[in-house]
Amino acid sequence: MADRVYLDILGSRFRAQLSYRTSFLLDFAAQMVGQASELVVILVLFGRAKEMGGFAMHEVLIMYGIAGVGFGLADLFVGQLDELPRLIRTGQLDVLLLRPLSTLAQVATGDIQLRRLGRIIAALAVLVTVLSTSDIHWTGPKLLLAATAPLVGAVIFGAIWVVACSVCFWIVDGRELANTVTYGSNMFTSYPITVYPPWLRRFLAFVIPGAFVAYYPALALLDRPDPLGAPAFLSWCSPLVAVAAVAVAGLVWRFAVRHYQGTGS
Amino acid sequence: MSKKELRRGLAWSFVRALIGCYPHLAVAGFHRYSTYRSAAVAALTTNTAFGLMRIAVLFSVLGSRQQVAGYDAASIASYVWLGQGLLGVVILWGGHELADRVRSGDVAVDLARPWNLQFALLAEDYGRAGFAMLIRFVPPMLIGGMLFDLRWPQQEHTWALFALSIVLAVAMSFAIRFLLSLSAFWLLDARGVTAMYGLLGGIFSGLTVPLAFFPDWAYDALWWTPFPSLLQNTIDVFVERGSPLPLLAHQALWTVGLLVIGQLALRAAERKLVVQGG
Amino acid sequence: MSALIVADRLRRSFHISHRAGFLRRRRTEVVAVDAVSFTVQRGEAVGYVGPNGAGKSTTIKMLTGILTPSSGGATVCGLDPAKDRRALAARIGVVFGQRSQLWWDLPLSESFELLRSIFRVPKDSYQERLDECVELLELTPFLATPVRQLSLGQRMRGEVTAALLHDPELLVLDEPTIGLDLESKERLRAFLADLNQRGTTLLLTTHDLDDIERLCGRLMVIDHGRVLADGPLAELRAEVVTERTLVVDLTEPHPPLTGLPGVREVRTELDGLRQHLVFGRSDTTAAALISALVDRVAVHDVSVAEPEIEELIRRLYKRTTVPDAMTDL
Repeated sequence: MADRVYLDILGSRFRAQLSYRTSFLLDFAAQMVGQASELVVILVLFGRAKEMGGFAMHEVLIMYGIAGVGFGLADLFVGQLDELPRLIRTGQLDVLLLRPLSTLAQVATGDIQLRRLGRIIAALAVLVTVLSTSDIHWTGPKLLLAATAPLVGAVIFGAIWVVACSVCFWIVDGRELANTVTYGSNMFTSYPITVYPPWLRRFLAFVIPGAFVAYYPALALLDRPDPLGAPAFLSWCSPLVAVAAVAVAGLVWRFAVRHYQGTGS
Repeated sequence: MSKKELRRGLAWSFVRALIGCYPHLAVAGFHRYSTYRSAAVAALTTNTAFGLMRIAVLFSVLGSRQQVAGYDAASIASYVWLGQGLLGVVILWGGHELADRVRSGDVAVDLARPWNLQFALLAEDYGRAGFAMLIRFVPPMLIGGMLFDLRWPQQEHTWALFALSIVLAVAMSFAIRFLLSLSAFWLLDARGVTAMYGLLGGIFSGLTVPLAFFPDWAYDALWWTPFPSLLQNTIDVFVERGSPLPLLAHQALWTVGLLVIGQLALRAAERKLVVQGG
Repeated sequence: MSALIVADRLRRSFHISHRAGFLRRRRTEVVAVDAVSFTVQRGEAVGYVGPNGAGKSTTIKMLTGILTPSSGGATVCGLDPAKDRRALAARIGVVFGQRSQLWWDLPLSESFELLRSIFRVPKDSYQERLDECVELLELTPFLATPVRQLSLGQRMRGEVTAALLHDPELLVLDEPTIGLDLESKERLRAFLADLNQRGTTLLLTTHDLDDIERLCGRLMVIDHGRVLADGPLAELRAEVVTERTLVVDLTEPHPPLTGLPGVREVRTELDGLRQHLVFGRSDTTAAALISALVDRVAVHDVSVAEPEIEELIRRLYKRTTVPDAMTDL
């Protein structure tokens, strides 16, 4: 029943956005170009190096692809949280609070941006191409992993997004800080974590669980042991990390909304 | 309007730029942006985070080699932190308030004032950039300098050339944004082009990868666009990569060219506004 | 009658920190609503007025559950707003004059459909409510228009409809007529008055005292977070206002009509063609004054002007101390 409500909201969003066809197509193309420009960077870098952090180009591209699709999906479904400071400033959040629905789900579905499919499609195209041309020993579990890794990655990114944007309930200029975490995580996860210095790696890979988005799933797909010595089973743990991240994000969001109701700022 | 009139108009505007309201506008720009202190703190966090990641990625390309495409470790470190610092001075993203004013029609007020709109906004942008040098450029350089060995200019005159290069880069970034904003007069909405510019600028100005890392053909092709003059040339002046003269000449030519095109576009926009009433 | 809203010593304070020197910040406590108590019975129409920053919106936010009280509490429709915000949301309608609950890029009718889905309104009762609003608020001409293209007056009619689709027991309106033209205001007031007649409880905050005059049987005046007065409009008026004004239109200009018994002040308009005679409520009556008048001059028309409601409120503010009994009428 509740799901139908959100489907109705989503459906209306889609209709509204598709009615501005030219600007939609332009925005859609811009999203693809945005994702493609990250690809260009990786290609340029591999024009100057045979490997990065011990990984060959196709291996890095698998990470880039998983991270790109995951980030794109998260951006599509919770990217609207970036608008939170505006919703708070204009009082529009109060309107959402006055409806008998989850506030978070309303913010997410309220103005979902279909153009973000552009990024997802671009990343997916790269991921499929690289996976099908790489020399991967495919097994059932690995096929399942390849299919679910971007989705699990999206959930982890989504949780990061929710936590980062919750900051906006306390800090007026929180949007840029939140973007640093979300877009920063996207950049971080597109490369093997072995390229980063240890302290940065520890923070971005495990405190913000960025390593579980693309790095560990890619290791499992490639049958590679972790050069940093993590046990092999960690490569299959991303779904568990995603569940934990969602739980944390849910708690943080509840706390943040409570705080908002407590201050009304 | 005849060419002669246009030339006279331009010359007159230029004289006014030296003596008129423009220095005052620059000071006002400085003031306006000095109120965004907490935004600057947020930006520093962003620049630092991305700087740390970019430098790690580029160091891994360098690997155990002495240098890649003429960049050694110290030059790469300087490249990254200069880029992060200059980003807030020579803005690549945002700064499209004029486009919003064109869309809303408020631009009619701007055009009705007894000033040359391009020079006025440029003066204000210099004020903004001046403040940004203090609060957006210096802090990332300090952080970068504390954490990494940077390559500092070896020759004294490089500092002067670097300053000149920043002055040109700010003007060019402004000139491009001015043109993009004016395009809203014809496109009704400049958001599409500004978004596309932001994406292309991010990669072709040399913010994410040094342009010298590109394949030679791509590097040569980019030289025919204004993009290298936004960031890469200024950075290369600082790290003393080859002779600074071609770098500065590229900046100067593109800046003047784009400013002149901007003047012509401004006249056309004014005519359009007068003829069609907006 | 039963109580629909009970506010019990509702209090809300904010901490505001401001720059005191370069890095030091000082925190000060500002009390927005100070121990406000009142009860609204089912079916009442209550006007909640006060100057900017008096605490009106803060009270509304606490009553709807958007804001938790610093102390004290409230019961609305038998629920605690702070705890049961979402359950309460299904039973009340809220209209903010300056915030839209509609989707700006969708046709009005589609916004309604979405709200039906959000509030889970059964199809037939939704249709019934909608038809009624469409008819009374004359929405038909712009039902298919995207909200962003509506005029403010049209949008507000849409907002009110949107707030009523789930048949709320209580309709809260925060500055509903702000920015509207006179005709739109009048149309909206007529609709709300009718709605109240048929049993929906109204609580509205407003700057526009005509809203109160037209809609509200009861007035609550708040300032500096405290209720200054609470009671039926007519009663408050009789209590505070001791003067009335007789407006006289003469057949030809005349010098000021001074010297009539009980008249304290005379103002003239149109070179003396129209004269305002201010008299003490206890000194004389309008009838006595009129008969005295017609003896002296040729009168074209007379009317008794009650003092403006602004004046009433201004006088309420002037009374420095508020007897406790007044706050608990």
